[in-house]
Amino acid sequence: MALEGHKKIETNATLLLTLSFLVVTVGGIVEIAPLFYLENTIEDVDGMRPYSPLELAGREIYVREGCYVCHSQMIRPMRDEVERYGHYSLAAESQYDHPFQWGSKRTGPDLARVGGRYSDEWHVDHFTSPQSVVPESVMPAYAFLADNVLRPTYITDLMETHRLVGVPYTDEMIAEAEVDFIQQATDFGDPGVVERYPGAQQRDFDGQPEVTEMDALIAYMQMLGTLVDFSTFAPEEAVASR
Amino acid sequence: MLDYVKLLILGLVAVCAAIAANYARDAAYLVHALLIMGAAAITFVVVLRKTGEPKVPAPANEYMDGPVKAAAIATAFWGVVGFLAGVYIAFQLAFPVLNFDWAQGYLNFGRLRPLHTSAVIFAFGGNALLAASFYIVQRTSAARMWGGNLAWFVFWGYQLFIAMAATGYLLGSTQGQEYAEPEWLTDLWLTIVWVAFLLMYMGTLMKRKEPHIYVANWFLLSFIVTVAMLHVVNNLQIPVSIFGSASVTVMSGVQNAMTQWWYGHNAVGFFLTAGFLGMMYYFIPKQAERPVYSYKLSIIHFWALIFLYIWAGPHHLHYTALPDWASTLGMVFSVVLWMPSWGGMINGLMTLSGAWDKLRTDPVLRMMVTSVAFYGMSTFEGPMMSIRAVNSLSHYTDWTIGHVHSGALGWNGMITFGMLYYLFPKLWGRASLYSVRAVSWHYWLATIGIVLYAASMWVTGIMEGLMWREVDAQGFLVNSFADTVAAKFPMYVVRGLGGVMFLGGALIMCWNLWMTVKKGEVRKDAPVAAPAE
Repeated sequence: MALEGHKKIETNATLLLTLSFLVVTVGGIVEIAPLFYLENTIEDVDGMRPYSPLELAGREIYVREGCYVCHSQMIRPMRDEVERYGHYSLAAESQYDHPFQWGSKRTGPDLARVGGRYSDEWHVDHFTSPQSVVPESVMPAYAFLADNVLRPTYITDLMETHRLVGVPYTDEMIAEAEVDFIQQATDFGDPGVVERYPGAQQRDFDGQPEVTEMDALIAYMQMLGTLVDFSTFAPEEAVASR
Repeated sequence: MLDYVKLLILGLVAVCAAIAANYARDAAYLVHALLIMGAAAITFVVVLRKTGEPKVPAPANEYMDGPVKAAAIATAFWGVVGFLAGVYIAFQLAFPVLNFDWAQGYLNFGRLRPLHTSAVIFAFGGNALLAASFYIVQRTSAARMWGGNLAWFVFWGYQLFIAMAATGYLLGSTQGQEYAEPEWLTDLWLTIVWVAFLLMYMGTLMKRKEPHIYVANWFLLSFIVTVAMLHVVNNLQIPVSIFGSASVTVMSGVQNAMTQWWYGHNAVGFFLTAGFLGMMYYFIPKQAERPVYSYKLSIIHFWALIFLYIWAGPHHLHYTALPDWASTLGMVFSVVLWMPSWGGMINGLMTLSGAWDKLRTDPVLRMMVTSVAFYGMSTFEGPMMSIRAVNSLSHYTDWTIGHVHSGALGWNGMITFGMLYYLFPKLWGRASLYSVRAVSWHYWLATIGIVLYAASMWVTGIMEGLMWREVDAQGFLVNSFADTVAAKFPMYVVRGLGGVMFLGGALIMCWNLWMTVKKGEVRKDAPVAAPAE
């Protein structure tokens, strides 16, 4: 019976194509579409802000070097992970991440809250030669980052594209992008960058006068997981307030 | 007339690419623009040389096997490249000095790993699927490939995609989503090639002389159309500039993660499963000289598999910031998926009913059957790992890597080797393979290699999962992260050796296939080209 019915499908290529396409669309529609309108998917938390220009540039380097293939940025709520890495990750913490960098593998430790755990000098040493500070490490060296001087030539374009996809950069942030980019990596710079990006850390990260890729990447490392203040964060309130 | 239109378009493409190269903002974009310019220029010359020549109509009663041969050779070539990259990065994890100082910006693990995954999935697997699709759709439709030289366009266009993706990775152009790393320009090009592939495939099915569409084609067709959908949706991105490779993904955070793993898991489900099941449904019956075990089972298995697979993605996101309802759905469907997967395995294995004795004498068939066995094993392991409690241990560990490789090396690798051993003598009109003993060597090297690989990854994966969560009586963590890294070293060496064996087997295969073409005995009854009538 049913086999007779199937004869119609297997003798008509267009019908076969159409039906198989319809069948494979269902799962995606049910699983993906609601995430865009269910309000409790991402609960607002205080402290989240877009990346500063230098942090964003650092994040681009993080993506470029494929850090995500060995490091996750997603702490699960299990006891050992919370002990080891800190408070479990909230959806809001990656809401400005285009693309997300949750990762799928921990060849190295999770980095979601690595900000502030180590000094800038430690990071410079570690990127230059990971085994010099962690003998067991299998991480490659990234010494060349300190030699690559980074210019803010395209940072405004990049931020405008991020604004286009929904990151709330203000006109002021865009206008000041190139200035903020340079100022954040100098310890005597104008404090405007911290006003525009609350919680941004402003100093010479790699100890060299020029702004290098090392500066940008360490600026990104040092801000990871520092935006939300978990000493005042209460998940129940976040739920109740929606 | 058409030739002149082609020349005009190709000339325009070459000029535009040259202009783009001039304004390039980054090295990857520059190289890509030059690659496109070169490809357009070469095609221009090829078309120009034919322009004005009297057209010889393609013989309608012959199969078009040129692109099949090309894709079969490319499969073997990219296989070796991809396996070599895999072996190298496996040893990089054991011996980090292999991330050479002089090549820091190019050959670090983080850049080579996408190169390895793309080379094996898209270059090796993709070319195998092209060869299989081109060959199977013609044979089972009794029709010549539709669209004239469209199949050649698909083949060369796909190689250009591979070249763009590979150079992009080394030069640091990536959009940072696993298995979807290529940037917007490469993505756009692949979309064009893929649409041509779908047209060519559908066109050939439309002009088939057999009333029924053979089951292998259902799988291949659903693979082509689903991959098109996944590719387009997961690569929604806005270029920062048309003169740079950088782009920004439209989605962020949770939605981006869900879409990525909907894509990522179905790259496995459709690229590496549905497509390769198409291969299984054609080449196993051919090699065993038996019909497919159950027609009814293939219908149920087909529809259940393609419907269920799409849902499985969220099992990659258990306990993350993805809402629980989504990851629960992913888990439930993943477990249910076990059934149609084993339906396919049973259908493949039972096709040997009455021909089991051939396993003793025919190492090619043995390879194919082993691949189906590995398929069964990894489609049991997968649903098990998708269960939340198991996943809480296995996620983020090497267990996942082991699981992927028992599927990729065992199922995809072995069935592809079987297909190549079947195709080469057929396509080049040889009586048999040059050396059956060499096939046996390949078989055992590959099988032992996979066992070493999977076993060592189980050990490291479960070990590190347990070490991470171990707490002492006072409730403190027992192991630092660095302790777990150090503990994995011996197993990383074993894994690398398994990879070396698998690569060694593939090299023996290349030699054997080369000798088959070069020195193999010409088949007596071999027609110059097989008739389609």
